[in-house]
Amino acid sequence: MSWLHRVLGRLSESGRDLLPIILVIAFFQLVVLRQPLPQLGQMIGGLLLVILGLTFFIRGLELGLFPIGESMAHSLARKGSLVWLIVFAFALGFGTTAAEPALIAIAEEASQVAAEAGVIGADNDAMEGYALGLRLTVALAVGCSLVIGVWRILKGWPIHYLIAGGYVIVMIVTAFAPREIIGIAYDSGGVTTSTITVPLVTALGVGLASSIKGRNPVVDGFGLIAFASLTPMIFVMIYGILV
Amino acid sequence: MDSFGEAVQVLLGTIRDVLPIATILLVFQFVILRRALPNPRAIAIGFGYVLIGLSLFLIGLEQALFPIGRLMASQLTSPEILGTSAVVDWRDFGWIYAFAFAIGFSTTIAEPALIAVAIKASELSAGSVSTWGLRIAVAIGVAVGLTLGVLRIIIGAPIHWFIICGYFVVTIQTMFAPRNIIPLAYDSGGVTTSTVTVPIVAALGLGLAEAIPGRNPLIDGFGLIAFASLFPIMAVMTYAQITEYRKNNLDPETNQDNRQSTTAHS
Repeated sequence: MSWLHRVLGRLSESGRDLLPIILVIAFFQLVVLRQPLPQLGQMIGGLLLVILGLTFFIRGLELGLFPIGESMAHSLARKGSLVWLIVFAFALGFGTTAAEPALIAIAEEASQVAAEAGVIGADNDAMEGYALGLRLTVALAVGCSLVIGVWRILKGWPIHYLIAGGYVIVMIVTAFAPREIIGIAYDSGGVTTSTITVPLVTALGVGLASSIKGRNPVVDGFGLIAFASLTPMIFVMIYGILV
Repeated sequence: MDSFGEAVQVLLGTIRDVLPIATILLVFQFVILRRALPNPRAIAIGFGYVLIGLSLFLIGLEQALFPIGRLMASQLTSPEILGTSAVVDWRDFGWIYAFAFAIGFSTTIAEPALIAVAIKASELSAGSVSTWGLRIAVAIGVAVGLTLGVLRIIIGAPIHWFIICGYFVVTIQTMFAPRNIIPLAYDSGGVTTSTVTVPIVAALGLGLAEAIPGRNPLIDGFGLIAFASLFPIMAVMTYAQITEYRKNNLDPETNQDNRQSTTAHS
């Protein structure tokens, strides 16, 4: 009985994330648009799948990924081996971003739009290759950003100089990037950091800042996410220039 | 049978997506840290859940989230709602701005990652930044960002003008914002766009670019998420500045202290 209770509780937690969206859409459909919804059954079925999927996904992360990821970030931060710490930061950024659901969604959407616009071939292989290339580029960018971010925490540099420098690079690269990639590139910054990446990356930053003397975990521990949202823009635009 | 084959394919794709992070963690655990897994059974079950969950989510995404975003975009730009249809005038799209604002505000207020950040922020500011105040500030930031982003798609202006102006404002604000809040403010931009919001917002932008004559989905359709990640940074710093200003005005003694610490900084 308590098991059922727990499952229902978790389902309603995921449902709560969706509830505001459903309320806003229902309001606009019923009050503003007053048009029949086509394929209502399919949409409701799909929404149920989304709720169920997110419930499993987050529960699985709590059981498997987060505990080892966090304890590993802490013990590597304490171990003091700079090389392994940097390697771990890169690998963590790359691996978590490759599995990020929102990024998978955006990359597929982008490949479809690119195929329709004739930028890439319209066959399945070309689209899949484009989506995968986009995702690997973003994953590479997040990996590099964590290396820079970890380096910043070790050196204790103030974050805003690096971010301002990053903005300048974004502007310069934008001038050279093809117009078709700019929107996707700017979006990929915000997309990369959600369900998997944020908790693990925050654990790394705070663990690192609290194990170094003279660092304030609050001032120095945060800010990794900011790097992880900035570098993908630069990398994706470079990808657009090269492809 | 066909949908079953599709489900198997999605599951295989998911395994490929999760494999890198699983490998990385295992290699670091066994080869570099040389420790046994603390709780192998729970971890194996956890990875199983992650695979099932991600697969179900991706199937649901195709069936519900993407279609909903596109449908809302096309219905809200249909001639019956706009009244006129001959010339595209950005003032005619009132309902779509209202929708973008409402979606941005409501999803951000309920975002679990933001709640966690807000609690941390109120701890570190010793109560001068309240949890609710921060959540509302970020939600307004996302809502304004999405509304501006939709306006950009409708008028068809290049995205980088907006974003570069935004960066300019952020950089100037950074000089005046309380130092403690800066990393958190920068982080809050990336945190606010959740897994459920991203597909709907992306589909909304693409649907809008398809529905409005003269817009290219590839050039104009993307970019809403970039707006939604930029404006929370401004919102959080503005909120921190307002609360600090109010506190200083209410309490002349802290005012004195703060002035001293600013002089010490510069």
